[in-house]
Amino acid sequence: MKNQVYSFREGVRDGLPIGLGYLSVSFGFGIAVVAAGLSPLVAALISMTNETSAGQLAGLGVIVSCGPLIEMILTQLVINIRYSLMGISLTQRLDDSFTTPWRLLLSFSITDEIFAVASTKRERVGTHYFSGLCTLPYVGWTLGTVLGAVAGTLLPPIISGALGIMLYGMFLAIIIPPAKKQRGVLVAVLAAITLSCLFRYLPLFDFLSDGFALIISAVLGAALAAWLFPAEDDARDTETTAGEVTEHE
Amino acid sequence: MNELSQALPAGLTAARLILYMAVMAAVTYLIRMIPFTAFRKQIRSRFLRSFLAYVPYAVLGAMTFPGIFYATSSIPSAIAGTIVGVVLAFCSRSLLTVALGASGAALLAQIILQYIV
Repeated sequence: MKNQVYSFREGVRDGLPIGLGYLSVSFGFGIAVVAAGLSPLVAALISMTNETSAGQLAGLGVIVSCGPLIEMILTQLVINIRYSLMGISLTQRLDDSFTTPWRLLLSFSITDEIFAVASTKRERVGTHYFSGLCTLPYVGWTLGTVLGAVAGTLLPPIISGALGIMLYGMFLAIIIPPAKKQRGVLVAVLAAITLSCLFRYLPLFDFLSDGFALIISAVLGAALAAWLFPAEDDARDTETTAGEVTEHE
Repeated sequence: MNELSQALPAGLTAARLILYMAVMAAVTYLIRMIPFTAFRKQIRSRFLRSFLAYVPYAVLGAMTFPGIFYATSSIPSAIAGTIVGVVLAFCSRSLLTVALGASGAALLAQIILQYIV
């Protein structure tokens, strides 16, 4: 595919808030690694080879307790299996530029936020945009980890506390505008939120790990919306196949 | 190796640490890579296509609530950030604006809580 709808530059721009958010989130991970008695280099290597918050934190727990390898494998599998679901969902929103080598490379960068931004673009995304989108989050994630590990205690807690909400603010910006316009999106979001709150606050569901609670909430919420409002994405796809490119944002 | 083995927690050798890190990275990568690379065809089923289109929004909704209320140093400041974030998002502001707005509101609320009230 010669012409990709979105450029590398646009990807970088969309990746900026993710990168800033990651900077603050990974800061906390860096602090945790050093607090566990490991070096900043270990912290940096883990962040550079994983790029996933919940998985890394759980993995650190296994390392520190010297747990069996199978525990490491299962922990990562349970917490990160959502990336498989996101990966499949994302394949439906890619253009022809995503050949096998690109998929092998860029699949590494599927995180909750990157997935959310890439898969909610109006048109299909190409490798230029996706590479751009991944860049700053990777830099932010690595840099934040190193900073946290080296200088974690220097930042006043009042600042680091306020930075913690950045990623969530970005999520709001992604879900609210389409939820206003499409009833299907609204239903998916509200159902998922309801379930997620039930899982969190009802003692009955204490046995569910955060990763599983997220998967179940998302799958049931999206399934309910798909059942009630099945045709929502047809218009968007027809436009894309017709090659009609509309400016937006 | 020296840097890695520096002051390790009790019972952990450098070799073991490297093994853990390698396994962790490999599992995380395979989980992402296999479905993303293997899955090629466009899904025909209307339900499944809609389902996959709704998944990102559902994931984000479940991740945001109730998590957002615990994202700052105190629940009141998180609520202030949430309100500003929701209002800005409702007005369809950009990702960065909403993120910074929520963060700024949370900081302001925290300052008020800590130093003024």
